[in-house]
Parts: sequence; C-alpha cells; structure tokens
Amino acid sequence: MTSLQHPSDAASSSDATVSEADPSSPRKGRRRYSLLTGNDRRVLQAMVGVPTFLHVSLIWVPAICTFLLSFTNWNGFRFDNMEFVGLRNYKQLFTVFEKDLYEALLNNAWVLIFLFVIATPLGILVAYILDKNLRGTAVYQSVFYFPVVLSLAVVGFIWKSVIYSPRQGVLNVLLNRTEEGNQISWLGDSDQVITLVSDYGLSKNFLAIIAPMIWRHVGYIMVLYLAGLKAVDPSLREAAAIDGSNEWQSFKNVVFPSLKPVNIVILVITVIEALRVFDIIDVLNNPIGTDVLSILVTESILGESSNVGRGSAYGVMLLMLCFGFVVWYLRSTFREDDA
Amino acid sequence: MSNSYPQPGAWDAYVARRSVIKGGAAVGAFAVGGSVLAACGGGDTFSGEIGSASGTLNIGSNASDPAPQAGLQAVVNAFPNADVDVVINTLDHNTYQENITTILQAQDDDVLAWFAGFRNKFFADQGLVGDISDVWENITGLGEGFKAASTASDGNQYFVPTSFYTWAINYSKKLWGENGYTEPTTSDELIGLAEQMMSDGVTPFAFANDGKWPIMGTFDALNLRLNGYDFHVDLMGGNGSWTDDRVRNVFTTWESLLPFHQEGANGRTWQEAATDVEEGRAGMYLLGTFAASNSEAFAADMDFFNVPEFDSAIGAGALDAPIDGFQMVSEPTNEAAAKEMLLHMSTPLAQDAYLSEDPSVVASNSGANTSVYNDLQKKSSELASAATGISQFLDRDTIPDFAGACGDMFAEFIENPGGVDGMLADLEEKKVAIFADFNAG
Repeated sequence: MTSLQHPSDAASSSDATVSEADPSSPRKGRRRYSLLTGNDRRVLQAMVGVPTFLHVSLIWVPAICTFLLSFTNWNGFRFDNMEFVGLRNYKQLFTVFEKDLYEALLNNAWVLIFLFVIATPLGILVAYILDKNLRGTAVYQSVFYFPVVLSLAVVGFIWKSVIYSPRQGVLNVLLNRTEEGNQISWLGDSDQVITLVSDYGLSKNFLAIIAPMIWRHVGYIMVLYLAGLKAVDPSLREAAAIDGSNEWQSFKNVVFPSLKPVNIVILVITVIEALRVFDIIDVLNNPIGTDVLSILVTESILGESSNVGRGSAYGVMLLMLCFGFVVWYLRSTFREDDA
Repeated sequence: MSNSYPQPGAWDAYVARRSVIKGGAAVGAFAVGGSVLAACGGGDTFSGEIGSASGTLNIGSNASDPAPQAGLQAVVNAFPNADVDVVINTLDHNTYQENITTILQAQDDDVLAWFAGFRNKFFADQGLVGDISDVWENITGLGEGFKAASTASDGNQYFVPTSFYTWAINYSKKLWGENGYTEPTTSDELIGLAEQMMSDGVTPFAFANDGKWPIMGTFDALNLRLNGYDFHVDLMGGNGSWTDDRVRNVFTTWESLLPFHQEGANGRTWQEAATDVEEGRAGMYLLGTFAASNSEAFAADMDFFNVPEFDSAIGAGALDAPIDGFQMVSEPTNEAAAKEMLLHMSTPLAQDAYLSEDPSVVASNSGANTSVYNDLQKKSSELASAATGISQFLDRDTIPDFAGACGDMFAEFIENPGGVDGMLADLEEKKVAIFADFNAG
C-alpha cells in the first residue's frame, strides 16, 4: 500500500507509464495527480473490497452475532422464541456447568502444552533431519505427512479400532493385555495421570487422545519447516561449520534464527490448532473426561432443541482466548516491523 | 460403522443433491407449477385414500445402512399411486440427526424420517411438522400405544409409526445350552445366574459405552423395574428430582451389579461387547435387539429375555421399545402426496415390503404378515404387545441436551460409583437449568 503514495517507488513506475499512455484517464482538472487509472482503481477496490466483504461477512458478522446470542435463551427455531437473559448464560457456565467448562479449558491447555513441547519440536527435528538429503527422503516425508492427508473417518478407525480397541487393538495385543479384566481401556479410563486440584487434571484417556493429535501435528509442522529450511542459504551453514560450530550450535545460532518468519507461523499454527481442536476428539466419540471448548460449543448448538445461548457463551470464551493470543501476536509483529 | 463414525462428506452430497433438485425446479418451475395447478382440480387436498395425488414427493431419510435403505426403497416401490414421483434423499444417520433442525427449517422434503414420543412432540410443538390427524382417521391396525406416541401437546397426531425394536437382555443360545443356563424371571434369579457365570469363568454382563448412549439402556431398565413406568416418564419429563431416594436406589442397585459387568465400558463399542457375547466370553448383554446385526452368525445364535422383575409391586411389564416412523413438514410442497405416502407407510403392504429387506425390526401394524418373522422378531412383537408401558429410550424420552448430561453422568458413575451423590446433585442442577431454558423457548 505504501508504494502507491510514493511515485518514486520503483514498483509503481510501470503504473505511471500505463496511466500516461491511457488517453481516457478520468483524472483531470482539480483532482490531485494520481498514478492510478480508473481501471486500476476498480481493480484495487475489488481486490481490497471483496476480501474485506468476505472477511466481515463470514467472520465478523457471525462473531458479533455469537456474542449477541450469548445473552439470549434461544432454541434456534423462530426468532420470536428468543429471550434476552443478560449475563445468565455466563453465570450458569461458572455455577451449573462449571465442571464441563473447567475440564474443557484445562484440556485445551493440555493440548497446547503437548503440541508445543512435544509435537512442534519433533516436527522441526524431523524436518531438519530430512533436509539432509538422506536416501529415500521423499518416502519419509510422505510417511510423516500421511496423517495430515488421511480422512478423519480413517483416522478415527485407525485409532479407535486398530490401535486402542480393548480386545483386538495393536497396543493391548503387544502388551498382552487382551484378557477379560486385564484389558487396558485406552479411551475409557478417565482416571487422572496428573491431578492439579481435586477433580481437575489430565485424564488417562485424554492423554490417549492427545497421541493422535501429536501424530498429525508432527507431519504438518514438518512440511512447513522443510519448506523454510530449503530457503536457508547453505553458505551460512558452511560458514558456521568453518567457524567450528557443531550441528546443534549451527542449528541453534544460525539456522533457527534465520527462519524467524517460519518460526512465527509455526507458533501461530500450534496455538490455533490447540484452541480449536475438535475433530480427533469427535471421531473418537468424545469419551468421558475429554471435553474441550469446541466440543461444548457443538454439543450445545448441534442437534435438536439446541441451546444456542449457552453454546454461544462457550463460543465467546473460545473467541476471547483466541483474541488474547492474536492481539499479543499482532503487537509483537508490528513492533518488529517498526524497529 | 455408520453408528460409530459420522461421515462429514454425506452432508455435502446431500446439499449438492438438494441444489440440483432446486436448480431443476427453477428450470422446470413452469412444469411443476403446472402439475400443482392440475392437482388443484381435485387432488390437491388429501382425500383419505391413496390414488388422487400427483407430482413429485421428496422423502428425507436417515436410513444410510444398506438394509434400512433397501427397506425404504421397497416401501416406495410398493406405493400404489404411480402418478407420484418419489425422490428419497438419504443422509448418513448421525449427520441427519445432528442437522435435523436445519432440514426441518429448510422444508425441502415433504416427508421426513423421525422418532416417536418426546422428539416428535417437540417438533410438533415448534410448528415445524404438520398435523396429520386426517391421515390417522384413515389408519387401521395401529394400537392406542402407537397413537399416543404420535400425539403432540395439542392432542393431534404428527407422526406415523412404521416399526420398532425392543431392548432386552440378549444372549448366545450356544453358550447357554452348553452351560445349562435358564432365563431368570426375578432379580434374585438374575443375580444367582450371574454368580454361576462368574464361577464358570464367564463375565456375566457385556458392557460397552462408546458414544455415551448404550448404558442409558441399563439406567432405563433399572428405573422401570425399581420405580415403575410413570416415575420414569415423569423423571424424563423433568418433573422428578434426581436427588430423590428412588433415583439414588437405582444407582445403589446398579452399583451392586457393576462387579458382574465388564470393566472399561467407556472405551468399548457395543459391537465389541456383542462380539464378546457371541464368542462366549460374556454371558448376557442388555441392548436393543439390533445386537443381532453384529454378525449373521450371532443373529442365528442370539436369543433374549425381558429384564426380570426387581420389585413384585412394580412387575416387569414396562420396557424400552423405540419406535421409528415418518412425519410431514409443516409446509409441504406436495401435501396430498405426502399424506398419501404416510397413510401408505402405516399399512401392512408397506411394512411387509420394508421387513422383507430389513428383518431386524418389527412392524407397527397388527395386520402385517408375522408368518415371515424370524424368532427374534416374533419374541420382540410378543414382548411389546404384552408391555404395560413402552418408553422410547432415554435419549428419545427427554430433551436431547439433558440426555447428553445424563450420558456424561452415567459414564462417570460406572467409573467412580462412590461419587454418585455429587454427580446426581450436579445433574439435578443441570436439569433445572436445561428445563428452564427449554420451557421458556
């Protein structure tokens, strides 16, 4: 955008020639000299206008509607059924449905921690190793990326029936725990592995559900990071090697910092994936102890006799969390741009 | 499979198909308009019998499994009015259920597959489905129980029941024959049998709760046996209290029976549990008779008995027997054809056609041909006709939102029965909030 106001900018010089060559240019008389023809302007308007329109109508309008609906009691049928109830839904979230809400918030936090501490570093590691042009890199890449490509129905089948099934699942067969009374109920045992306060903590079956999330996230991060690594100037690494740095030092001090834009993208993706996580829990049928915010939203709103007000209140909680992160992210990005 | 995994693609396919139909309708608007006008001549309104309607009729169906899908097609093929072009729009079962409000509000289909009882009443009270009392005036062979299950708060009928199945205790005839087990008729006999099975190295009850709905059947059965049908219906309607001693008693009894059940139910699918019964590792399984659909071998080997009496003052007459059927949307495009189709669906002709493709359920019409019934169907039919009260299953008898809260509570209970008092207090709190929202709407 800035280039449009600076005629001396090299990028806009071609526009200037077009503008002068165009006899039908409407800008005459009192108008300030502009480098844009009517066509340019229309194209620009369309390029800015269409995405803005889509963004506002598909993101902001629904978000604001959700916010407004969270103050109502509405079953989703006729508008005259809607009843304004003020903050009651929010009050109920913290008094009546508090167990669901706290469990969900905590589970979202667990996903964030596990993706951030295990999945993302693992994805970066895999990308770094595969970038070494090993034999069969393409095969490894496909293998690691495969979970991202698989349809969710297949993912559900793999984890529920092939891996975690109590009798014929791979895990219990390998551990020789398939007998009655001896089986490990991977998806059904909501006892806590880590207990924070009384009823709240990390349940065993949620940990079992985090595993497929990590499985998918690693492939996703790997592809992104691999693309970034291809763009790193090899001479930087050579220079680091000549200066005597070992593999870890050259990654930590040379490669990683030079990939800053990619790192930020990965950070953003990890946080957003953790907040909006829904699909894998849903295909594994959301066993007890595995609620997250997006599950509570859909449970309240989907289906018959839905409770749109409460579902929207859950949605607003999720929006606030995303918002906090986005504000932080934008601030840090713009601060760097200014510097 | 379709019971366990929603198929996101199915909805897209449905939307695509709908828009094709709509696009076609726009192009052919004149033709359709023409037929409606023509129909105005005499057949626009329902005449009480099949034959005068014409035009296109859209049926929305959740029959995505092969057998029910073929069954509905057979019903349509048997429709005597050849002037009506019938289009069946089938959606994946779970997707259909989750999107039913959208489907109803779109009013694209004239006739929709749905469930009797509370869930029929709810849509009728919302004005989303049409009054079909005039169809009921012409229906023969459906008992009062079916009519009650089709009636909404205003006393009119909004639903045509076509088939049902029963919940009972299923077992393998082979295992029982080898070990000499006999069907118990009282709770003491049931417990004695369970102890016998334990000493034989067989887990008495298979138990699975993937999806958090299967064990609702256990709650229903115990509540019906210990507190009776009226109490159960009241409780489902939001009137009884969950902290009541009678409800607590259900959980005390359930807890005493838990040691006879398989462990880790929350992580097991009903199919896996049915396989355990089929292969003789577990002795009994309280589930809908659809358990037979687990495999052909099991269908041949399975038998079942009614949940025995727990309290002689209450008896063993009530049971869960979910009824499936069809509704008409409130503003159908082709009302005459919709009503003729609904009337047709209530007849033995249509129900025989359906059962020829899907023998896992029982026809609602007493005139249906029972001579083709297999043993399981015969028994189901006898069980239901002898019943003193028929409930629809917990998630069909109460607000779906609240059924979800019950499902969570039951799942938690079987893992941690000691914490039941806190859970019941919590559930009661949720019940109050959910029913208050519901009744205000």
